[in-house]
Order: sequence, then structure tokens, then C-alpha cells
Amino acid sequence: MNGFRVADGGGPVIPNFGHGSACLKNNGWFCPEWVRDHWGDILQPALVQHIELTVIAVSIGFGIAFLLALVGFRVRIFDAPLGAFTDFLYAVPSIALFQLLVPFTGLTVTTIEIALVSYTLFVFYRNIVEGLRSVPAEVLESARGMGLTRRQTFWRVELPLAVPAILAGVRVATVSTISIATVAAFLLYYGLGGPIFDALAQPDIFRTELLAAGGLAILLALSADALLTLLQRVLTPWNRLG
Amino acid sequence: MPTEAAELVFDEATKIYQGREGAAVDHLSLTVPAGEICVLVGPSGGGKTTALKLVNRLIPLTSGDIRVDGTSILDHNLTQLRRSIGYVIQQVGLFPHITVEGNIGTVPKLLGWPRARIRDRVTELLELVGLDPVGDRGRFPAELSGGQRQRVGLARALAANPPLMLMDEPFGAIDPIVRARLQDEFLRLQQELRKTVVFVTHDVDEAIKVGDRIAILREGGRLAQYDTPDRILDHPTDEFVADFVGRDRALKALTLRTLGDLELTPAGGGAADGLPRLTADTSLRDALAILVAERSQAALVTDGQGSPLGVVTREALLQ
Repeated sequence: MNGFRVADGGGPVIPNFGHGSACLKNNGWFCPEWVRDHWGDILQPALVQHIELTVIAVSIGFGIAFLLALVGFRVRIFDAPLGAFTDFLYAVPSIALFQLLVPFTGLTVTTIEIALVSYTLFVFYRNIVEGLRSVPAEVLESARGMGLTRRQTFWRVELPLAVPAILAGVRVATVSTISIATVAAFLLYYGLGGPIFDALAQPDIFRTELLAAGGLAILLALSADALLTLLQRVLTPWNRLG
Repeated sequence: MPTEAAELVFDEATKIYQGREGAAVDHLSLTVPAGEICVLVGPSGGGKTTALKLVNRLIPLTSGDIRVDGTSILDHNLTQLRRSIGYVIQQVGLFPHITVEGNIGTVPKLLGWPRARIRDRVTELLELVGLDPVGDRGRFPAELSGGQRQRVGLARALAANPPLMLMDEPFGAIDPIVRARLQDEFLRLQQELRKTVVFVTHDVDEAIKVGDRIAILREGGRLAQYDTPDRILDHPTDEFVADFVGRDRALKALTLRTLGDLELTPAGGGAADGLPRLTADTSLRDALAILVAERSQAALVTDGQGSPLGVVTREALLQ
């Protein structure tokens, strides 16, 4: 892994400047015909892979963080160490983490997912614990006084009231995962990072490919954020009042 | 509809917090007869809220016993005990993410009532506490005023028709005008429901107005006097109680009776001309205040429809 070598496996990605349009010959800022020609073989597969990377990382990250948060929420002495652990993972530079994992899991999608998951834990952990703790004391007291068991209090009161904080965490984690996942192509031609790294690897940066793939990553992040905001509104109608 | 109210007995009930000097509740013994309202009142540090929370075991007893209908609270399953006792607190503690209907239906749902029965019960309770069974049931707590929230809190506590209600300063956070109205409505409800109620307040006037019996607790959680409001006002056992109920206790005693309780002199032959007209349900204290304000020696007492019942004089009021 030396230098800026792009891993193989991505198909024909180096544009043929020989018989392209004038725009391509001049490496113009954005040549729509290239996007049209390579949507099917480059951009669309990269986008689908990117969505897969993100969905898997966010789901697994959420699952792990949820279990950790339950422990940190219930057993207070574990809260600080668990928080520090996720914070530490978050602080490791992403390129370094990808490299560190290679000896163990190789140049695989698994390596990428492990790194991405470890980045989501910090945001998820904090937001879930804070969300669960945000339940007002009088609400918990009335729950106890009415004879809800601890488990009922958790599922019927604490967890639903934590949903706004949890969904805020999901939004941040999703958007940052979409962004960090582009760096993963440093390791393996996968996701939208593939075409981005390819474009950067050209002697004279291939602008159209860079803008098309980079733009798709941004659009993906914005759409995911909008979708999750909508989900939040649907799931927590009570939260917009008063 | 009303289930049998339960008799509540505090038997040498004591709470000592670890690491704190002295008891919070000190050998408290008193009996609340079934269907009566017992108000716990006293200065802060008197342990009134602690005493209340001992009953549904939100705070565990250190020693002594509390019995509901003859059975020790310690012999009950904890969650079943709590589900059989209505609990109302000052900050209400409605579930913000659940509608009014869901909040009121909480305990019935826990008890496994069928859905239709819960729905009917919610309708009944909303009417009972003066809310709109159609328009209000789907609203979230954030959409309600403070007074409406406390009404929902009361309905929620009544939902499973508990024989015993615990109310911890239920109207304490509500502005005085709405508070007076809620007190009146609560007393009207109680006429119908006849629950056994333990009611905590720091407000002597509220205690006198609401209580069938008043327990005055002094610092250290010791019972200073347990008696009916008029006995406490007429015969405070000691200096502490007399101070606590205030120098105006004679005036306060006037709030306990209405003009309808007095013997009136017949209003014949134009004797009542020009006198202020007061309805029979006016308290003696309000009547006196009006007579003083109007500089009048007497008033004409009427019934709800305005027909004269008789005349009352200042002297008769002060007897």
C-alpha cells in the first residue's frame, strides 16, 4: 500500500480522450455526455454500493451502540468508560484505521464496514444515553407510582421519549458515514469513492468524473438527511408541539 | 360505579433516611376512615410528602406498618399495590408522547382491560373531570393548559377506579383562580365517588377547604394534631398548631359553614328591602366580607333561583 495507487476491480474507468467530445478533450468542468455514457457502468453501481455501505454500517453501528448505551444507562459507572471508548474510536484518523485493519480482514468490504461502524458508535452512544436520560423526573415518578415495572417504563416511556435524540444521532451518523465512506476507496474500489479516486488519479484531474461522483455523494447525504427528518416528524408528532 | 373505598391505617409508620439525622416520618399513627379526605399539612421538613409516598411504597418504610383495608402494604405485590392506588402529583407527570386518551388509559391497559372498555372509561372520565370527550382525547399534553393537564392527571389516577387516592399538592402549581375551581370540582367529584383520599398541601386554607380531617405534621415528621377542620380551628392542641393555622383561625372557621347552615329570621313585610342579596351556598366568611364592604348590618339570603329564604344579621354570622 504505497502511494496513491487505486485498487483495481472497477472496470474501464480511464476515459479515452481520443474520441470524445470537445468538452472531454479539453477536460471541461462538467461534460454531461460522459455522465450519460457512464451512468450504467460507473456511477450507478458506485451509488448503489455506497448506499449499501452506509445502510449496513449505520444499522450495525446502531445495534452495537444501543446495547452499549443500555449498559451505560443502567449501570452508571460504565457510562464514562464506554463513552471514552467510542470517543477514542471516533478520534482515530479514518485512513489510518482502514490501513490498520487490512492485516486482519484484508482488502475487503468487511474492512470498510468495520471502520465505518466504529465511527458511528460515538454519535449513537452519546445520543441514545442522553435521550434516555432526558425523561423528566416527574414523568418517571408518575410511571412508577402507577405501577409500571422497570421494563415497562423503559419500553413505554424512556425509549419513546428518547426517539428525538436518537433520530438526531441517526441523521448525523448517516451523513458522516456517507462522507467517510468515500475515503474507503483508498483501500478498495468500492462506492462513490471509486470514481472520485480515479478522477483524482488522472495526471490532469478528470473534472467531470470528480464532480459527478462527488455531487452524487453530496446529493445522497442531503436526501438521507431529508428522509430522516421526515421520519422524525412522522414518528414523534408530540415533539413539535408546545 | 364507585367501588368500596378502603380504610387506611398508619400504624407507627416511621421513615429514617440513612445518613440523615432524625426521622423524616416519626411513629405516625392515624386512621383515615373509608371515603374520607385526609389532608396532610405542615411546614416543609414535616415529612408530609414522605408519609404519602410510604403508602404506595415509592419510599420504603423503615419500621411500623401501613394497612389498606386491613392488609399490610408489605403483603401486597408491589406493582399490583401501585395499580390499585390512584396517584396524582403536582407536576402531573403526564406522558408527553401519548395522547390524553392513552395517558388516561395507562393503568387499565396495564391491567389488561379490553380496548372498548378502556375507550368507554376514557369518555366517562373526560366528562367527569370537565374535558371534551371528543375534542380533547386525541390531544397531546403539550397542547393543554396547566389546569387541563391536572384534570387529565386526576382522570388518569381515577381510571381503574382505585379505592384509595394519593394526591401530592395536586393544585400547587396552578394559578389561584383555576385552583379554587379545581378544588370545588374535586370536592363535587368526591361527593359522587367517595374515595379514600390522602391529600398533601402546604396551604392551610386548602387543607381546611378540602379536608374531612386534617393531620398537622411538625418538623421531624411528628403528628401535632389529627382532627376535623373545625376542631383544629377551635381547639388547637398546642402553640405550634395555633401558630400554624394562623391568628385568623376564627375567620378561617367561618369558611367551613355556609349561610344555609344558619337559622334565618323570616324576611317579611319589607324588612329585607335594600339589603344585599346572597345565595345560601355563600360561606360565612364571604358573607361577612360582603356585609363589611357594603356597610350593611344584615343580608337577604336567597336560594339558587333567587327566592328569599330569610334574613341574616352580622351578629348571627359571628355567633
